[in-house]
Amino acid sequence: MADSKPPLLEVRDLQVHFPVRLADAWPWAPWGKVKAVDGVSFDLQEGETLGIVGESGCGKSTLARALLNLHPATAGSILWNGQQMVGASKADWMAVRKDIQMVFQDPLASLNPRMTAGQIIGEPLRIHRPEMSAADRANQVRALMDRVGLTAQQVNRYPHEFSGGQCQRIGIARALILQPKLVVCDEPVSALDVSIQAQIVNLLAELQKDLGLALLFIAHDLAVVRHISQRVMVMYLGRTMEIASRDALYSAARHPYSRALLSAIPVLDPEIERNRSRQLLAGELPSPMNPPSGCVFRTRCPIAQEQCARHVPPVQTDADGHSHACLAP
Amino acid sequence: MALPARSPWLDARQRFMRNRAALVSLLILALIALVCLVGPWLSPYAYDDTDWNQMGIGPTWDGWHLFGTDELGRDLLVRTLIGGRVSLTVGVLATLVSVSLGVAWGAVAGFVGGRVDALMMRIVDILYAIPYLLIAIMMVTILGRDFYLVVLTISAFSWMDMARVVRGQTLSIKSKEYIEAARAIGVPTHRIIFSHVVPNLLGIVVIYTSITVPGVILTESVLSFLGLGVQEPMTSWGVLIHDGANVMESSPWMIWFPGAALTLTLYCANFLGDGMRDALDPKTR
Amino acid sequence: MSATQSTENAVLLQVHNLQVQFATNDGPVYAVNGLSFALEQGETLGIVGESGSGKSQTALAIMGLLARNGRATGSVVYQGRNLLQLSEQQLNTVRGSQIAMAFQDPMTALNPYLTVERQMTETLQLHKGMDRQAARASAIRMLDAVKIPAAASRIGMYPHEFSGGMRQRVMLAMALLCEPAILLADEPTTALDVTVQAQVLALLRELQKDMGIAILLITHDLGVIAGLCDQVLVMYGGRVMEQGSVAHIFHQASHPYTRGLLGAIARIDGQGGPLVPIAGSPPQMGQLPSGCPFAPRCAWVDGLCDTQVPALHDIAVVPSELALRYPAKRACHRAAALLNMGPSAGEAHG
Repeated sequence: MADSKPPLLEVRDLQVHFPVRLADAWPWAPWGKVKAVDGVSFDLQEGETLGIVGESGCGKSTLARALLNLHPATAGSILWNGQQMVGASKADWMAVRKDIQMVFQDPLASLNPRMTAGQIIGEPLRIHRPEMSAADRANQVRALMDRVGLTAQQVNRYPHEFSGGQCQRIGIARALILQPKLVVCDEPVSALDVSIQAQIVNLLAELQKDLGLALLFIAHDLAVVRHISQRVMVMYLGRTMEIASRDALYSAARHPYSRALLSAIPVLDPEIERNRSRQLLAGELPSPMNPPSGCVFRTRCPIAQEQCARHVPPVQTDADGHSHACLAP
Repeated sequence: MALPARSPWLDARQRFMRNRAALVSLLILALIALVCLVGPWLSPYAYDDTDWNQMGIGPTWDGWHLFGTDELGRDLLVRTLIGGRVSLTVGVLATLVSVSLGVAWGAVAGFVGGRVDALMMRIVDILYAIPYLLIAIMMVTILGRDFYLVVLTISAFSWMDMARVVRGQTLSIKSKEYIEAARAIGVPTHRIIFSHVVPNLLGIVVIYTSITVPGVILTESVLSFLGLGVQEPMTSWGVLIHDGANVMESSPWMIWFPGAALTLTLYCANFLGDGMRDALDPKTR
Repeated sequence: MSATQSTENAVLLQVHNLQVQFATNDGPVYAVNGLSFALEQGETLGIVGESGSGKSQTALAIMGLLARNGRATGSVVYQGRNLLQLSEQQLNTVRGSQIAMAFQDPMTALNPYLTVERQMTETLQLHKGMDRQAARASAIRMLDAVKIPAAASRIGMYPHEFSGGMRQRVMLAMALLCEPAILLADEPTTALDVTVQAQVLALLRELQKDMGIAILLITHDLGVIAGLCDQVLVMYGGRVMEQGSVAHIFHQASHPYTRGLLGAIARIDGQGGPLVPIAGSPPQMGQLPSGCPFAPRCAWVDGLCDTQVPALHDIAVVPSELALRYPAKRACHRAAALLNMGPSAGEAHG
C-alpha cells in the first residue's frame, strides 16, 4: 500500500450522538443520547475502495452522513486533505462538497420526482459552476449519461419512468458530474433486484478505475462488498470492530463479530450450506442509547470474558494494517 | 422503447379528463367567466342606466330585459354580469394573494423548523382567533370602501388554512431522500425550498386553491351582503342578493338570477376541486 | 436430509396451471401464467424470482388473499378440494388452521394496536374453540418453541416493543399455532439482518423437523433457497423458467435465466472474480413481451424466442433418487447443450 502519500481522508474517534426525548420522562427531564457513531477511526487513500459493513444499528449510514455534514459530527476529527472538517464553517463545507459526493440507497426516492433526469444530473453544476453556459452544461450531462449507461434521449424523462437500476445510474451520474475525489455509496444496491445489482456494482468498479475515485462502499451484504472493496471495515453499535484488507478479512477474520457475520452468510451450494456449522449469535442487539460497558459486543460474544465488561478493547494493529478491537489474544 | 415523456402532470391531466363532472364544471365556469367578461359590452344597457319606462318589472322580452329590472329601472341581466365580473375578479385575486402568502409561509415554516416554525405557526393561530368580520367592519369604517380593500381583507383571512396544510406537507417532504441529496450537493436552503419543496407541494396547493376560491367568493358575497363590499352603483353578486332579499316577496326575480349565478359557480368550483383532488391524489399514482 | 425420507410422501398441495390476472385501468395484467407443482408432506418447496416474477401473487392466490381486481384460475387442490373455488367461509376453515401464511414485513403484518397475546389467542379461539386460558398457555408454549426469551412475560407486549427478528418469530409462532400442515412463508428473512436471518432459518429448519410441516418458501434470495429447500421453481415474468431439485438448480441449471442469476450473484465462497450481470431490467407485470418473457435480456435469444412462449418440458438428467422425486424441467427454446459453451454457473468463479 502506498503509505508515502498522506491519506485523502483521515477519521479519528468520530462521534455522532443524537439527543432524544426519553419515552416516559417529564418534559423538563434531561434528554437521552443515541450514540449512533461512537468512536470510529480509519484512513482512506486516494483511489481506494473501503467497504463498510455492519448490520442495522451499527451506525454506518450515520457515519456516511457525517462525512458529508448532513448530520454534523458531535466530536472527533475528520481530516480531508489535511483540513479539519468537524466544526468547519458552511463556506468550508461548500468548497469541499465538490470533492465528496454521495449515492443513496433508495434509487427512486433520492431523485426529485418533478425534475427531469437532465435537470437532476445538471443541478450540481448549476450550484457550483454557475458561470457555465447552458449549452456546456447540457453537453456534460449528456456525456455523463452516456458514461453511466443511459441514452441521451432519456434526458427529458422523469424518474418514475425509469427502472430502479436506471434511477441509480442517474444518482451515480449526479454524484460524478463535479468530478469528486470521493464518492460515499450508502447501500447503493440493496434496493435493487439481484440481476441488476451486478450491473451497478460493475459500473461503480469501472468508474472508480477510470476516474481514480476513492469509494466508501457501505452495505450490509458482505458478499457484494467483497467484489468491490480493497479494504473492509466492520462496525457494530457505532464502533469499529475490525479493519483489514479484503482477503485478510474474508479468509482470516480476527474479531468474533466478523467471524459470526461471515459465518451467517448463506453459501450458494446446497450440500455445503446444509452441512456446515454456523456460529449463531445469541441475544439481541442492545439499544444504542444504552450500549454495554466495555466492549459493546460482549453481550452476544461467544468468547466474552469478565474483563470485556470492564475495559473498552483497544484497537490493535499488526504490520499489515489489519486492526481489530478485541481483548482476546 | 421510445415512450413519450410522461410527466406527473400529464398523468394527472389524463385522470382529470376522465372525470366528467369535473370537465363539465370546468366548461361551465369558463362559460360564466366569458359571459361576464364579454356580455356587458354586448348589452344595450350599462349597469347604471335607468330605463324610465320599465322600472321594477319582471323578466320580459320587451326591451331585452331578460332578467327583468330593479326598482330603479336598471337592467338586471347586465348588472348580474357586471356583478359576476366583480365577484369572480375578487375571488381570483384574493385567492392568488392568499395562496402565495400561504405557500410561502407554510413552506418556510415547515422547512426551517425549530423556533422559526413555532413562531410562524403561533402567528397563524392568533390570526385564526380574530373574528374577521369585526376587522372587516373596522377596516371599512376607517379606510372607506374600495375594491382593493375588499380583496385585501378577504386575503388576509384566507391564507391560514393553506399555510397549515403546506407546512404539514413540507414536513413530510423534508424527510425524503431527494432533499437529503440536494443538501449533499450543497444546494442552499432557500433554493431547496423553492426548487425542490414547492414544486412537490403543487399538487396539494392546487387542490386547496380550488377549495379556497368558492370560500373567497362567498366571503365577498357576505361582506357585500352586509354592506361592506363594493360601492354603489358598482355591484357584485353579494350586493344583488342583498338587494334582492329585501324585495323577495314582490320581485322574486331580483334574487333568483344572481342567486342562481352564485350557486352555479360555487357548485362548479366544488366539483372542479374534487376532480383536481382525485386527479392529483398521490395514492392513485 | 431428504435421503432418509421415502419417495412416497403424501402430496399435500397440488397446484395445476395456476393463472392470476388483474383487471386494471390500463388493461389486464397477467401476473402468473401457468404454474404447476406438487408439495409433499414434510418437504420445502422454494419459489425464487425477482420483482415482477409473480411469486408473491402465487402465495396470495393460494390463500385467497388476492386484491379485489384479481382473479385466480386453475386448480389448487388441498384435501381433495380446489381452494380457488371455495367460498370465503369455506376458505376460512382451511386458512390459518391448515394452511398458514407468514408475511414479509412483520411490522405491517402484525396489528400494532393489539398485544401479541390477543393476536395469538384470537387465532386459537377461532379455529380450535379454546378458551382464553388454554389459548394463552398454548401461545406461550409456541413462543417458547420459536425461542422468544421470557415468553410468559413478553406475551403481553405490543409488536413494536419487539425487535425485527423477534417480530418475525412471533409471526412464525402465530402461523404455526394451529399446527398447520402447510406454511407459506413470503420472504421471511428479507427484512432481517444477516445474523438474525441465520437464526430464523435455523429455527425454521428445526420447526419443520419437529412438526413435520411442509413449507412453501417464497424468496428472491438464492442463499436461503440453498439452505432450506428440497425443490425449487425459478420464476420470471409470471412463468416458471426452470424447476427441479435444489441440487439440480445449483449445479446443473440449464436455463439462461437461472445461469444468469447464479453468475450475477455475489458469493462469499469462490475467488471473488467479476460478477457477470444480466443486461436489461426485470419486466413490468403489465408489459410482458410476447414470446418468452426473458427474451429481451437473454444472451442466447434466437428466432422462436420472441414470438412463442416456451413450454415447460422435462429434461433428461442423470437418474438419481432426487431426480426421480423432483423431475427437472425447463422452459426454453434453445437446447441445454448450447448453454454449456459458457462458464458453468454452478461452480464458483475463478
